[in-house]
Amino acid sequence: MAARKKTIRTIPQERTPCAEQDPMVRARNFDEVALGYGPAEAQREADRCLQCADEPCVRGCPVGIDIPGFIKKIAEKHLQGAYDIITDTNLLPSVCGRVCPQENQCEGVCTVGDTLEPVAIGRLERFVGDTAIREGWANAPYIEANGLKVGIVGAGPAGMACAADMAKAGCQVTVYEAFHEPGGVLKYGIPDFRLPNTVVDAEIRKLEQLGVRFECNTLVGRLFTIEQMLGEMDFAAVFIGTGAGYPSFMGIPGESLGGVLSANELLTRCNLMRARDFPNYDTPLQPGKHVAVIGAGNTAMDALRVSLRLGAESVHCIYRRSRDEAPARAEEIHHAGQEGVQFHWLSSPVEILPDGAGSVRALRCVKMELGEPDASGRRRPVTVPNSEFEFECDSVVFAIGTNANPILGQTSKLALDKRGYIATDEELRTSMVGVWAGGDIVTGAATVIQAMGAGRRAARSMKAWLGLRDSDAVYGEDASGTLFGIPRAEHGPALLRLG
Amino acid sequence: MDLPATSYRIVRREDFSDVTYLLEFEHPMMARAAKPGQFVIVMPDEHGERIPLTIADYDRDKGTITLVIQAVGKTTKAMQRDCRVGQSLHAVVGPMGIPSHIGKPKCVVCVGGGLGVAPVFPQARAYHEQGAKVIGVIGFRNRDLIFWQDKFAGVCDELIVCTDDGSAGVKGRVTDGLRQALERHPEVDEVVAIGPPVMMKGCAEVTRPLGIKTMVSLNPVMVDGTGMCGGCRVKIGEQVRFACVDGPDFDGHQVDFEDLMARLVRFRRAETESLERFQESCRLRAPAEERPVASPLDDRPGTDV
Repeated sequence: MAARKKTIRTIPQERTPCAEQDPMVRARNFDEVALGYGPAEAQREADRCLQCADEPCVRGCPVGIDIPGFIKKIAEKHLQGAYDIITDTNLLPSVCGRVCPQENQCEGVCTVGDTLEPVAIGRLERFVGDTAIREGWANAPYIEANGLKVGIVGAGPAGMACAADMAKAGCQVTVYEAFHEPGGVLKYGIPDFRLPNTVVDAEIRKLEQLGVRFECNTLVGRLFTIEQMLGEMDFAAVFIGTGAGYPSFMGIPGESLGGVLSANELLTRCNLMRARDFPNYDTPLQPGKHVAVIGAGNTAMDALRVSLRLGAESVHCIYRRSRDEAPARAEEIHHAGQEGVQFHWLSSPVEILPDGAGSVRALRCVKMELGEPDASGRRRPVTVPNSEFEFECDSVVFAIGTNANPILGQTSKLALDKRGYIATDEELRTSMVGVWAGGDIVTGAATVIQAMGAGRRAARSMKAWLGLRDSDAVYGEDASGTLFGIPRAEHGPALLRLG
Repeated sequence: MDLPATSYRIVRREDFSDVTYLLEFEHPMMARAAKPGQFVIVMPDEHGERIPLTIADYDRDKGTITLVIQAVGKTTKAMQRDCRVGQSLHAVVGPMGIPSHIGKPKCVVCVGGGLGVAPVFPQARAYHEQGAKVIGVIGFRNRDLIFWQDKFAGVCDELIVCTDDGSAGVKGRVTDGLRQALERHPEVDEVVAIGPPVMMKGCAEVTRPLGIKTMVSLNPVMVDGTGMCGGCRVKIGEQVRFACVDGPDFDGHQVDFEDLMARLVRFRRAETESLERFQESCRLRAPAEERPVASPLDDRPGTDV
């Protein structure tokens, strides 16, 4: 390494581009869109990190990865060292490097980004994770078994993150999954062109190497209850990460028609059940030729782009606010636009029109305009009078969010909040002693990394409760002003009551 | 407590007719948890689809679950061809859905039409064990298709068998049998009807003017069975419900059966394609290939050649 300190002027000025499949080609296949960095590109991009002192990126990361640390290792060509640093806090770099909304997290606060394009932290993370998968590296810490059983409900990102931490702490971890494969939304939801299922499988194998057991085809609540897990099944602690999963519809006429489905149904059939390879796989999907997707979140973008790849001739995104309010990542909207998705901003569906044979013929919408800000701070869309318009389509996909899944509420004494999600305190403890919950089943639909962050937070609290030494835990000033375990009011030495 | 079985090994197969067959598989934990009215989702092989099937019986001592299946589509026909005692299903998850509410009626009619005869059995038994007077009404197209008459006789105070062609029991449909039962027993305070949508609708129409509570079990197209995809949404009165987690039992007087029937055929085109392809493959492979060794219980002659 050069001894001279890097400055904003001495680093490579341009963000290193990442090769992508050509939009016209990729819009017809399920291969990955972004091809990822090679070693030389990663090296160059790593050189752009200033290694600045205040490390805003680390604070911007929901799980607090030592980002300058791993980037430095890349710059030093010590990739396994980079991998070890990342996996100290995040066991799934190949997943997070691909699907995290970095522009709102680490990259959004990057010091380089104040002047130039920020360091491509996500692409570097993916590069390290993919290299590890290819080389077969594993973060195999020395684990001393403590004999405690921990049960995890749901094998999605929240459950996987919690499982990893508890396994490293020496617990015997079993993850229960209702589907026939682990992975949760990473498998059924996020399509292969954004996150190949083979990558998810590779990350799951790493969890298995830590000793985590996955039990699929197990619907907790119905096959056995949370109470039974804590009782006769002898789990010392349980984490619930079942996801939100109960898709919303709008309640407009025509929602029962053939060709109308939730984004979850479309994506699950296509991704997990491989309906895109029908009839080699048995699950049917009858994709539309002209598809309207309602909503503009990441799930909507996935539904739009999946529809294109299933052979749709035209694909329309219908959103009642404008592009600025759309919840999807900017990159996803950009990719979708490149591939030919047509956006209808400030439009809201009012009726799905039938073709007379039980299927969809057209969608009737109304124009909207933005009024005063609402509770979410976004300007509330209001209907423009006499602005109805129709367009022909044979499939309508709802991607307008989800409600709380009711199964655990039906089958346990867990307290729920007024929307039906599991109620927790700030440490993600539920109303049942020994039971934590995190991810979408607590917050409503959010992101993969937020769910993973919740899994890790719950794990930290769980470890403390189980009396396990937590190498991740350090005394520091927390939100309430407590430092080294001492409240702020008692910081002055005179106030320290010793003995 | 045992850990969940992961083998789903088939321990019994019985063929009731050319199209109807019974599979009993091992899953001690599920057998312990199952209650009347619940269902499972079966994925017979790695390339398979997930299909919901109502639990027809469970044996907590033996640790087994029984399904009665009608071979109508590609998956159920392939299972009919391929499932043998000793083999294992790729994936079975359950029990799913809210168990039937077994209240305290004094007199209940349990109506099963065709394949619905199997899933109504656990409810008839539960009511019988509850001490209710149980009248069974079971219907088939003809006498050759009749199954479980003895099983029903064991838990019913009165059993009415109906056949469409009159070859056994009462000539007519189960709605005729239900009318007969209601005429004879004005004290009936609850009806449970399970079968094809048109049959459940018919039963609900019989009881509607009499104001007798009528529960039906809905079986729409599902993928996950956990509330995640919304494919199984049904109209119950003014509300949309997901049969997998809000049901599968609903008040028959509130169900929009037209909507249910329309939604059941929304993948008809693909299903037909899949079935034709399957039948073509059967024709190609059938003559030369030796059939797998059948169990002693499997005395059904091959029908798919």
